[in-house]
Amino acid sequence: MAGSVLEVENLHVTFASPDGPVKAVRGLDFSIGDGESLGIVGESGSGKSVSMLAVMGLLPRNATITGSIRFRGQELLGRPEAELRKLRGGKMAMIFQDPMTSLNPVLTVGFQIAEAIEAHRPDTDRKGRLARAAELLDLVGIPNATTRVRQYPHEFSGGMRQRAMIAMAIANDPDLLVADEPTTALDVTIQAQIMAVLERAQEATGAAIVLITHDLGVVAGTADRVMVMYAGRAAETGTIYDVFGHSRHPYTLGLLASLPRLDDTGRERLVPIPGSPPSMVHPPPGCAFNPRCPYARALCKAEMPVLRPIEGTGQCSACHFAEDLNGARPT
Amino acid sequence: MTGQAVLEVRNLVKHFPITGGDIIRRRVGEVHAVCDVSFDLFPRSTLGLVGESGSGKSTIGRCLLRLHEPTAGSVRFEGRDVLAMKPKEMRRLRRELQIVFQDPYASLDPRMTVGAIVAEPLRVHRSGNGDGEVNDRVRELLRLVGLNPEHGNRYPHEFSGGQRQRVGIARALALDPTVIVLDEPVSALDVSIQAGVVNLLEELQDRLDLAYLFIAHDLSVVRHISDQVAVMYLGRMVEIGSRDDVFTHPSHPYTQALMSAVPVPDPVRERERPRVVLTGDLPSPSDPPSGCRFRTRCPKFAGQLSEGEQQRCIDEVPALVDHGTGHPAACHYAQALTVL
Repeated sequence: MAGSVLEVENLHVTFASPDGPVKAVRGLDFSIGDGESLGIVGESGSGKSVSMLAVMGLLPRNATITGSIRFRGQELLGRPEAELRKLRGGKMAMIFQDPMTSLNPVLTVGFQIAEAIEAHRPDTDRKGRLARAAELLDLVGIPNATTRVRQYPHEFSGGMRQRAMIAMAIANDPDLLVADEPTTALDVTIQAQIMAVLERAQEATGAAIVLITHDLGVVAGTADRVMVMYAGRAAETGTIYDVFGHSRHPYTLGLLASLPRLDDTGRERLVPIPGSPPSMVHPPPGCAFNPRCPYARALCKAEMPVLRPIEGTGQCSACHFAEDLNGARPT
Repeated sequence: MTGQAVLEVRNLVKHFPITGGDIIRRRVGEVHAVCDVSFDLFPRSTLGLVGESGSGKSTIGRCLLRLHEPTAGSVRFEGRDVLAMKPKEMRRLRRELQIVFQDPYASLDPRMTVGAIVAEPLRVHRSGNGDGEVNDRVRELLRLVGLNPEHGNRYPHEFSGGQRQRVGIARALALDPTVIVLDEPVSALDVSIQAGVVNLLEELQDRLDLAYLFIAHDLSVVRHISDQVAVMYLGRMVEIGSRDDVFTHPSHPYTQALMSAVPVPDPVRERERPRVVLTGDLPSPSDPPSGCRFRTRCPKFAGQLSEGEQQRCIDEVPALVDHGTGHPAACHYAQALTVL
């Protein structure tokens, strides 16, 4: 694909555990175009964070990663750590959920941003780096940035810390920005601020954004495309309007029906998805969603569905019977 | 809402001391966690209490059960003064007034079987005769919350988050309460699981005639489950009313901002609807702004009011009364607005 920043093919991530191998990601394909914003949604344990940590090369040693991850056409898997380190924080950067634990409490915020610049541009001088750090803090909407650069993380509120993390992530003008649940730890009014800052950061750098979240509302407001994950695989991908408007996968439909909505006036009953997510040590045979799926048939237990384009729509779905699901909500 | 309130809260205040000093802990200040909060909870209905972190909503829940001792104010349960009760009476009251906590991982003792956890309130209150009766009641309770009664001899770690929250609910139901304080009962759960617990709470309310004080930060869940809604900001109640009134005509600028900040899972609506983005962070509750506590972040204060009008916000604490919008809102210049 021309102009794609990241191409992931047949990605598998397996962790060793006392109960046997945990298959966290089981054959994932996706790509992200230049400047695009992709939302990855799914519940805890669906493999959304693990797959992006694999892309960043940040998984612990007990993880076995196979498949292919290409950044600007270059294969990342199997690359020496030193080369990955040059990319990370440079051309690709990540923002984590908890800004409290991802900042070093004994160093000033400005020092930490300057450090990120120094790691990739050692030729710059210290004063220049600190000035750039202040500029970045100003860009992400921190008032009195020149004073704030000299302060420590504990002097920042939760929302401001997340702004500082965004400043650090865009310090080296990345091509790919991965935001892993960037607003989950924050209140909604602060969440709205942070999402606006992320948008501004994307405009300023032209980076492609991967937004990992469990909040369907956040994705609906910001992403161009969305990938719904379940049990380590993509259940459905497509434009945000296609997937949310007329989904072709029972899991997506189930998620939308189980969600109370702020704009729902009636007191209709929610429709929970029965059962709970499968064990990733022994995922169910066939389609991993079949034990919880209201439409499951014999084929679903026998054969694992592949993610395929659905005729007459713009999206891809990994359901054997995607054609029959005409955007219907399960009841 | 008609009839006699089961729970009447009037002018509730809770201050927490801030202590300092190296050797002798001196009181150096106070956190104004809850300030002058009044509301009624009616039988068989749900009052949703919403607000962001630090708004004092959980503190209110705990003050009602005297898990925190309120600084001032009154709490009446079926006409009886809760705050004047002696420990023995208080224990009796707790049969009627129960609480379910947010974190289903931290609120269940990992060394007790779920059967023993659900039986504990029965044993403490010596309800039921002998082990046989207690066991029957435990099985009945587990069935009631949608768990397999055969699983009573399992430990909490063998259950998923949603199942654990059901255990917490079964424990709260053990003594046939009339009121349950639900403190963020579904916030820690995944959406597909959350819906099941919300439905269970609704079913139980209908079957057992329960009244709920539903504390949450998630406005979507609150809109779904509540009959009445109260919005908190920095220890004060800023708006209260029937669910439909508050959600269709929010009148306090904070409620309006809060509602516009909650994303809806519909890309078309989400990108079209007007947005009120608040600037800045929550002020410190140990030194809240004078007058209206919201004025430092209020878009109306900053953008629409004249200097004279602003002065009123600075000097005068707005009363929680109806400003002609159909329900009480604590804003001098309350005005209904549609944000959804």
